[in-house]
Amino acid sequence: MVRTKSGGGTRRDRGTGWRWTVGGLRALVAVLGAVAILAGRPDAAGAGEPVLKVVASFSIIADMARQVGGARVDVVSLVPAGSDAHVFRPSPAEAEALRRADVVLVNGLGFEGYMGRLVAAAGGRASPVVVSEGVQVLLAGERCAGAVPCDDAPAPFGTVVAKATDPHAWQDPQNGVVYVGNIARAFCEADRAGCPDYKAAAARYIGEIEALDGELRAAFARLPADRRTIVTSHDAFGYLGRAYGLHVLAAEGLGTESEPTAQTVARLVRLIRNHKGVAMFGETASDPRLMAAIAAETGATVGGVLHADTLDAPGGPPTAIWR
Amino acid sequence: MTLHDLLIGPFAEFSFMRRALAGIVALSAGASPIGVLLMLRRMSLTGDAMAHAILPGAAAGFLVAGLDLLPMAAGGLVAGLVVALLSGLVSRATPLKEDASLASFYLISLALGVTLVSIGGSNVDLMHVLFGSVLAMDDQALVLIAGVATVSLVALAVIYRPLVIECVDPGFLATVSRLGPVVHLTFLGLVVLNLVAGYQALGTLLSVGLMMLPAAAARFWARSLGRLMLVAFAAAVISGFCGLLVSYHLGLPSGPAIVLVAGVGYGVSLALGPVDGVLTGLVRRRHRAA
Repeated sequence: MVRTKSGGGTRRDRGTGWRWTVGGLRALVAVLGAVAILAGRPDAAGAGEPVLKVVASFSIIADMARQVGGARVDVVSLVPAGSDAHVFRPSPAEAEALRRADVVLVNGLGFEGYMGRLVAAAGGRASPVVVSEGVQVLLAGERCAGAVPCDDAPAPFGTVVAKATDPHAWQDPQNGVVYVGNIARAFCEADRAGCPDYKAAAARYIGEIEALDGELRAAFARLPADRRTIVTSHDAFGYLGRAYGLHVLAAEGLGTESEPTAQTVARLVRLIRNHKGVAMFGETASDPRLMAAIAAETGATVGGVLHADTLDAPGGPPTAIWR
Repeated sequence: MTLHDLLIGPFAEFSFMRRALAGIVALSAGASPIGVLLMLRRMSLTGDAMAHAILPGAAAGFLVAGLDLLPMAAGGLVAGLVVALLSGLVSRATPLKEDASLASFYLISLALGVTLVSIGGSNVDLMHVLFGSVLAMDDQALVLIAGVATVSLVALAVIYRPLVIECVDPGFLATVSRLGPVVHLTFLGLVVLNLVAGYQALGTLLSVGLMMLPAAAARFWARSLGRLMLVAFAAAVISGFCGLLVSYHLGLPSGPAIVLVAGVGYGVSLALGPVDGVLTGLVRRRHRAA
């Protein structure tokens, strides 16, 4: 029911292929929303006062921590939901939260450049736990790595050659499973009494993620190979692309600070003109004008808004990032 | 690759390239004469100061209306005007020089802005959202820039004579007219208007860069004020055109590419400019010695 409601087969500006792509992706969004609402129920495990004080570096990790910890943990996100994690400026209150924290969760992979120094300066007893430990790392500019065949996608481009790691690893649900496992392990070390609860919550959450992942895989598998290209504003969706065999192109670089080049924009415009099945997505927490300009140039419309580095509202749906 | 592909093709094929060029021409029309006047008044760093000074206004706009461009730009304009006018008034009423009073007020303004942003509990980079890119010129941005350029040129024409006298000999203007402060403050208002419109449409680097670098380069090509302004305008437009092509063909970010081209123009002028150019001066001296 939700599918048909927001699945939106009403786009008039493109051929059927386009409609199919956007419709399919939108249906996924709707399904994810429903799953997210289920997953977002208050957790019954470990009622009473919170035992662990947890600081997470940004809202997506904070949300996973809440799912795993339930009522036993009190989670603070340093970069609040809806904010741009690339430009965070810490305040003394946040340094204080770090100092008192029992567990500090960071993404790692260079996402939080400031975190080590902040923790050291705050003088806390918890050393940061890198939740991305053990994921298969993607290098910046590297596309279609691993087992996913992307040969039939339009030729990749972009001048990113630097071998910096792409920190946005949480975009792949399988990495999300790794994150959740790492979070549960960190909680168990800090609070042995609550360990069974954490493990149970993590297992339940991982189950939900796996189910969602399976659904998404099935849905994307139905997409024809030439309709798997998406265009986003900043280059944060490489992992998502790798997970589902999507060809992800971006107007800007890995960080939101980098500036677009005329060459990149021109190539994106040409690509969208020549391939009917290219879906465009804007992002929360970013300037919509560049994407609007590309859309105006090609007659395409921006299909929706993606969550890259942040969630919309505090305690927002945990699985919503994979929409 | 033919010459057409090299120079015209990108503009013929892509409307975003044409829009970018149109925005640069419009910006240059208003900003380059103002840049020349700023240079003559030794206020060349005003543009950079102003980029920080507008933060509290943009933040206030954000707190009231959310992530919406218009209130943020309007707030920024008000904050910029307040900073410019206050520093202008202080430099007139006290012995403090204009640069020192501007520095004081823009720092206060910046600190106020960071505080407001933090109180608002958001760490979205407001400036990143507010400051546009030359590749994303929509109709609104083009109209804004062209409108500001028109207002600037008309206003400059009206206050030109007293303004020039004010630049050269404020004491003399004070003896013949009481318009001095009015002219000065009007000029500061135009400066802020051009900068804020430029930030919003093209980003900070580009609007300050196209205001000051061509003006500084023009200094080595012309002596009279009118010619300085014309040369600066031409240099700005050529930098924009070449910079966009460099960005297109070599895949470099557009704003920095344009400003770097303007920088190369400045370097060439510095060395070879007929008026006080470094090498030109050397050659002349050798001739005299011989």
